[in-house]
Amino acid sequence: MAPFEPAALPELLPVFYRRLFPHGAYGRWLSYGGAVKNYFQLREFSFTLRDDVYLRFQSFGSPQELERELQRINPYKIDIGAVYSHRPNQHNTVHLGAFQPQEKELVFDIDMTDYDDVRTCCSSADICAKCWTLMTIAVRVIDRALVEDLGVRHRLWVYSGRRGVHCWVCDDAVRKWSPALRAATVEYLSLVKGGAETVKKVNLCEPIHPFIRRSVGVVEKYFKAYALVGQDILGSPESWDKVLALVPDEHREPLQSEFPKKRDSVQRWALLKDRVERTRAAAGKGATPCYADWEIMLQYCFPRLDINVSKGVGHLLKSPFSVHPKTGRVSVPLDLQRLDQFDPFAVPTISSLCHELDTAGDAGEQEDSGETEPKRRVRDYKKTSLAPYVRLLEQFVEEMERARRGERLRRSDLQGDF
Amino acid sequence: MGPAVALRVREIDELWWHYPGHQTARRDGSGRGWPCAGSWGAGPGAGRPAGEMQFSSAQARGKHLWLSGDRRQLYPHSLQFYLEPPTEDISLSEFESLAIDRLKLLKTVESLGVSYVRNSDQYNSKLASELRKLKFPYKALADDDYEARRKDHISHFILRLAYCQSEELRRWFLQQEMDLFRYRFSQLTDNLMQKFMEHVDLSFEAISEDLKNELASELSTSTPGFTMSKVKEQMFYKVGLADAVDLFRARRVFIKDGFAYVPFKDIVAIVLNNYRAKLSKALALTARSLPSIQSDERLQPLLNHLSHSYIGPDYSVQKSTGKISLEQIDALSVKSFPLCMRQLHKALRDNHHLRHGGRMQYGLFLKGIGLTLEQALEFWKKEFIRGKVDADKFDKGYAYSIRHNYGKEGKRTDYTPYSCMKIIMSNPPSQGDYHGCPFRHSDPELLKQKLQSYKIPPSGITQILDLVKGMHYQLACQKYFELTHDVDDIGFSLNHPNQYFTESQKLLSGGREPKKEVSNSGNTQQKNNSQESMNSNSTPTSSNTTTDAELEGLEAYFTED
Ligand SMILES: [Zn+2]
Repeated sequence: MAPFEPAALPELLPVFYRRLFPHGAYGRWLSYGGAVKNYFQLREFSFTLRDDVYLRFQSFGSPQELERELQRINPYKIDIGAVYSHRPNQHNTVHLGAFQPQEKELVFDIDMTDYDDVRTCCSSADICAKCWTLMTIAVRVIDRALVEDLGVRHRLWVYSGRRGVHCWVCDDAVRKWSPALRAATVEYLSLVKGGAETVKKVNLCEPIHPFIRRSVGVVEKYFKAYALVGQDILGSPESWDKVLALVPDEHREPLQSEFPKKRDSVQRWALLKDRVERTRAAAGKGATPCYADWEIMLQYCFPRLDINVSKGVGHLLKSPFSVHPKTGRVSVPLDLQRLDQFDPFAVPTISSLCHELDTAGDAGEQEDSGETEPKRRVRDYKKTSLAPYVRLLEQFVEEMERARRGERLRRSDLQGDF
Repeated sequence: MGPAVALRVREIDELWWHYPGHQTARRDGSGRGWPCAGSWGAGPGAGRPAGEMQFSSAQARGKHLWLSGDRRQLYPHSLQFYLEPPTEDISLSEFESLAIDRLKLLKTVESLGVSYVRNSDQYNSKLASELRKLKFPYKALADDDYEARRKDHISHFILRLAYCQSEELRRWFLQQEMDLFRYRFSQLTDNLMQKFMEHVDLSFEAISEDLKNELASELSTSTPGFTMSKVKEQMFYKVGLADAVDLFRARRVFIKDGFAYVPFKDIVAIVLNNYRAKLSKALALTARSLPSIQSDERLQPLLNHLSHSYIGPDYSVQKSTGKISLEQIDALSVKSFPLCMRQLHKALRDNHHLRHGGRMQYGLFLKGIGLTLEQALEFWKKEFIRGKVDADKFDKGYAYSIRHNYGKEGKRTDYTPYSCMKIIMSNPPSQGDYHGCPFRHSDPELLKQKLQSYKIPPSGITQILDLVKGMHYQLACQKYFELTHDVDDIGFSLNHPNQYFTESQKLLSGGREPKKEVSNSGNTQQKNNSQESMNSNSTPTSSNTTTDAELEGLEAYFTED
């Protein structure tokens, strides 16, 4: 795979927007079936150009117009904003205060840097195969709650291109949610609270809400492999002291003296868990039930959401299929069926994709001649490792279209009763 | 009723028909013949003489459509969400008296909210008697209280106009109306609650017994305070997340498939939430349309009077004029002056000067407690010439404004001493000023130090600072009165510095019962109560922020023209 060089972007981006970017499915997604007039035209896009030149409030009459503009200015980064009351590119001509964001997907941004206090392998923007599990857990926890608790249907999970994941919740009703409801959702979905000055960031007490119980159930599946084996959180006195700081006094001291006698993190965890679970079994007979094991699991593994990104309707978020300007990796959709196998380092970069095109192009130059440009483009990305990711976006859009058809059918059936 | 009054009556009619920020004011939907439909919305037209306003006969519209029908249809319930502005004609005197009565009611709501635990027997019975006294709907079942319901409706809308003008006023109004609504809703029978909720489109589907049994353990672990047996007893309702946002946010309900499963007891919270959202949005909308009304010189004084007015005697006329000697003032300032005046008096003695705002606030107060013009001139002159002002400069510069305050110069208006509301709401002090309300305009830390230096006990200071935090400045002052006069309950609602003085003098001269010996337990009781009601005021911190955001933010959201 060709290594990515940011300096090569001016040369690669035109190829990317002309031959690789999935304009078709992308436009179908953001048009939402065209049921709401001008929905696409009222959408804000914002572009980052070379040298961090930032263009806000771009908007386009049609997906085709957007495509032409992308191919003309070849932005380093694309952000998607809200659907506004007026066309964003005309916001200056509108009476002050009248230009307002009206709708947007509910979005979540989960960033690995927010976990720096609980991962030992990397820090800040760095990620590795070990800590990536945190993102897997985050997607599993949030996605479960979105579907089972909040009843949403259309979630597009995307790798950000560097160190995190984004989620776009696209249901018609959810796009209309108020900032208050978005903020409430983030609060409902948040369990880890407090900053650098807070040692114990998760505090549970009875009754334990089903959301918490189920989230613990998700975390549990990954905890041994990730935290005990991978991060080895009870591997040394220094690291287990950090964990024991979260345990109530009456359990801490006995555990501190028992831990050195055990072989590894797995055995030490078994000890801790056993001890705490016994308090729960004895609860009701006067003992206070202790949930320290759950609290530790959640503090080390539970998703940490950025409320501001989700709350503001007008907030911008990096678009799927935008190239990450630092890593060159394309922001690709995640396949939840195969989430556990997802490897961020295997995501194609703009350089690797262009290289693939070159190789494929040399081989198939002959048959391509004579074909129209759009047709060629469709086949172009199919020749590369971007194809399965484009397929994921297409499937997502098709699923939404199917749901819309179903809804229309249901409505016309209802009317048929008359 | 003289012609001038009649003219203003007609102006008010117009206001109803073009109620600010309200799109559907015209109930008959005919759209015929409203020549001045834009007159409240357009600034330039507002200045023209009232006599030139043209509109069709007030009697011809609305009334025959509304009042000839069944009155009960107009107000089918004893309480309302106030979604539609009044459409009928009303006399100016009624306009004012309705407004004053509602203001009295809301003041009572405010003061009861601090003195008693909300929904306690005492709170409920005192509020009920106030509603009865002021002839507002007070009994849920009375179906023949058209007059009371009409009064409730119209007076709410008048105060909405007066109290939408600043964030602080909106917040106060919203808080009192919420408390009032909470009380009245809680007085309804379950059946009437259900009916009212249907009426305002908030009917929720109760879940079946089968479903409840199936979900029982989840309902119990999701709903604080609900054991399995309690789950079996209560009805649960399926509510959309937006309607249950506070319960959802705090994970206090079971959430499944986009619905919150809310027990009946929490439905009240949902109705209140909904009412708060609607009212706060309406206030923002009204405020947005208000500049056009404010620029109307015919209406503005009326509204300002309402938002700045206090209820009580007019302290510009004092029976005690001339009964106070200048030598007494120092002692009185410690014993019987409210904190704001004590502060001004001290600043005057220390600096031998007060800036304009302070001279006005303090000078009129002194006039109110009985200083004659001659005494006032002597008092101010003596003090000022000890500073940088010589006698000549005083006579030329300052004496005029003192005579002015006494109505002897200029427009010859006999100026009225400032009420608490006026002091709190207008002309905030800036650098070098000592006027204003110390509870409103002092840094809490400085206020604390000041109270400490005045030997207020620490528990009292805490109570005062809590009230200040909750923006109950007048109640903080009331608490200060109680602590400095050693009484448990002053038994009146404090809203004027001169009232403070009069009540203090009455008490000190034995006109009122001093504190009884059992006071200790009473004190604790009171403390607990006020703290609890403060808590219930501020429990859902996040939802308070929401209210602010609604007040500020929603306005922005609905600015689309
Ligand atoms: Zn790592």
